[in-house]
Amino acid sequence: MKLGVITFPGTLDDVDAARAARYADAEAVPLWHGDADLRGVDAVIVPGGFSYGDYLRAGAIARFAPVMGEVIDAARNGMPVLGICNGFQVLCEAGLLPGALVRNHRLHFVCRDQWLRVEDTSTAWTTRYEPGAEILIPVKNGEGAFMADEATLDMLEGEGRVVFRYAGENPNGSRRDIAGIRSADGRIVGLMPHPEHAIDALTGPSDDGLGMFLSAVDALAPA
Amino acid sequence: MARVVVDVMPKPEILDPQGQAVARALPRLGFTGVGDVRQGKHFELEVDDSVDDETLAKIAEGFLSNPVIEDFVVRRVDS
Repeated sequence: MKLGVITFPGTLDDVDAARAARYADAEAVPLWHGDADLRGVDAVIVPGGFSYGDYLRAGAIARFAPVMGEVIDAARNGMPVLGICNGFQVLCEAGLLPGALVRNHRLHFVCRDQWLRVEDTSTAWTTRYEPGAEILIPVKNGEGAFMADEATLDMLEGEGRVVFRYAGENPNGSRRDIAGIRSADGRIVGLMPHPEHAIDALTGPSDDGLGMFLSAVDALAPA
Repeated sequence: MARVVVDVMPKPEILDPQGQAVARALPRLGFTGVGDVRQGKHFELEVDDSVDDETLAKIAEGFLSNPVIEDFVVRRVDS
């Protein structure tokens, strides 16, 4: 089982994402932004950071990187893709997920441990969770407010595509407390908080994030 | 060569916390009478004659702005 982890210039969390993949007994395969090559991986993680310095808009330049062309093609053919934080922003900019992430409502960079409610356990990345489970994982962003027009928000709610919702205080002004969403087919998930930082109580607030990586391994296992 | 200006602004219904912060700061600095501020981006492009309006619109819509959250205006200006 090969989980690819992309590194753009300015990516920060590729090392932790690769570690999370290994914790889930997958092989972590580094993917380079400049190579239009997915190296035979079974799924892709687009990790957090500040790709291309967040110039123009967060994720706006990364979406045009050579590797992203391959990711977009593979995702449209059902490859599981997880976008975390800046990775979520990249997937929105690439049109793989609807909506956009904008500056936090109080303009502060927010960095704290955050409770989330798992609302959709049908995706390739969330089958290991109980429906309605509350999980504690770090959130750290300056542009994490999820925005979309009312019709898109209603569509996401109506189709059950809100995967994670902030439990308790909304840290960034996201519409309808949305922390993460999925594609129509449930293979692509994006969220602002960081599951890869919560895979071991030694190094994070919990191991609640590990379930996402284990879920992907389950999804890819031969039936 | 021509100069093209692209102005990108947050859509009216999108919260603009940066503009609001500027608006709130103005009275503290002694400037009264400013009701609202919205903050956007201003791009100046030097383009040659081969770049037509359709291409400029693609640049503005597909890259310089995010149509989910922003509106844009493209103008050719005398250089």
